[in-house]
Amino acid sequence: MSDMIVLNDVTKSFLSDRSIKDKNGKPHWFTAVEPTSLTVQQGEIFGLMGYSGAGKSTLLRLINLLERPDSGQVIIDGTDLTSLSASDLRIARHNIGMIFQQFNLMSNRTVFDNVAFNLTVAGYPRADIHKRVMDCLDIVDLTDRASHYPAQLSGGQKQRVGIARAIAPSPKVLLADEPTSALDPATTRSLLTCLRDINEQLGVTIVIVTHEMSVIRRLCDRAALLHQGQLLEVADIRDGLIQATTPIGKGLVHED
Amino acid sequence: MITGAELSASIDKLLALRKEIWQAFLDTFIMLGISTTVAILIGGLFGVFLFLSSDRQFLQNKTLYAVLGGITNFMRAFPFVILMIAMSPFTKAIVGTGIGPIAASLVLAIAGSFYFARLVEQNLREVPRGIIEATESMGARPFTIIKVLLNEARSGLVLSVTILCISLLSFSAAAGMIGGGGLGDLAIRYGYYRYQTEVMVFIVIMLSIMVIGIQALGNWVATRLDKR
Repeated sequence: MSDMIVLNDVTKSFLSDRSIKDKNGKPHWFTAVEPTSLTVQQGEIFGLMGYSGAGKSTLLRLINLLERPDSGQVIIDGTDLTSLSASDLRIARHNIGMIFQQFNLMSNRTVFDNVAFNLTVAGYPRADIHKRVMDCLDIVDLTDRASHYPAQLSGGQKQRVGIARAIAPSPKVLLADEPTSALDPATTRSLLTCLRDINEQLGVTIVIVTHEMSVIRRLCDRAALLHQGQLLEVADIRDGLIQATTPIGKGLVHED
Repeated sequence: MITGAELSASIDKLLALRKEIWQAFLDTFIMLGISTTVAILIGGLFGVFLFLSSDRQFLQNKTLYAVLGGITNFMRAFPFVILMIAMSPFTKAIVGTGIGPIAASLVLAIAGSFYFARLVEQNLREVPRGIIEATESMGARPFTIIKVLLNEARSGLVLSVTILCISLLSFSAAAGMIGGGGLGDLAIRYGYYRYQTEVMVFIVIMLSIMVIGIQALGNWVATRLDKR
């Protein structure tokens, strides 16, 4: 096992609201991620878990530098992303797929074209794109929807298109930002199975953000428990149980 | 009520003017064609940069946004008639004359550009931010992201072009002041100054039909393009 994702003391804060000033008249900065270090192994499914405002989505977005950390390093597959030029970062991102809570599909392109778009961006050989798109749609069981537009699909189907699009250029890492939060329980279950299959068959390392404990229990090998921007602990998941040791961590885990 | 005799007299008057009316149609088409095309290009480019330099976008730059926004507001503040006069040295330098339909097209194009720039900015603002983020996360180049933005906003953009075209048709009536000609100018000269009401009525009907046609075409294309 090698380290696929290494976060070294990353921090991130946001200017929360220009109108709110502290007693020195300085604008108020909100710390979303306190200094955090974390390692995710190759082939692992790793959860980021916490209440709203725990900083879990921000932490995820630091991994592909959608948010640039204020300090610290983000090392993916041995490369420190924070040291890369804009064009090298774009190349590195071809190796990191991402899916979103709101799917974020392009509504004026068909399912096929949504998947093909990512391949084009990643510089995939033009002649092979058709086959690769159909292969990826086959993995998520949507070959019969290739010519549909996203508006014609259900939420679960849209998310599966999102997965097909994300895995098309064969990334080593898949980031999932609350991928099941907009879906009903049955759809959530089938989507988790889909993610599990992708992890097992393609060996993709998955980092998933969720506030649903059941998602962590069913899917993840390990999970980071986050609270108010701080990493409380990294818990193992054994026999579908999250092995939390810290008091707040235990509280989080036994919530539902 | 209009009697048959009055009606045939009116038709005779219109027929006597058919050369002028035909010429006015041509001038209107020239002015609309040139000004709409130029406004889409210049205004489109301006609108894209207005949007990209605004808050939270990838070219985010307060100074650039303020400068572009300031120019846009300043140009849009000009009443069209004053813009025509103010621009006459400029049109003279470019097309060699400050009068005629081509000179008027240039003024219309400038007025239309800054009007269209704001419409483009608004349309791009309606593209969900998540789509831009997803495209960024794939490692797309800025130019690719712009293409995605335009494609996602395309049906709104078509409606904006429709609005632009109709506004320019209406502005072009004032182009007569600098000899631009066109239907609006003809309606003012014959219908108003010479009291030939039938010419005025005829041209207003023609203009209405053009507006209805342009709007219907715009709506049809926009609906066809909208897959949201």
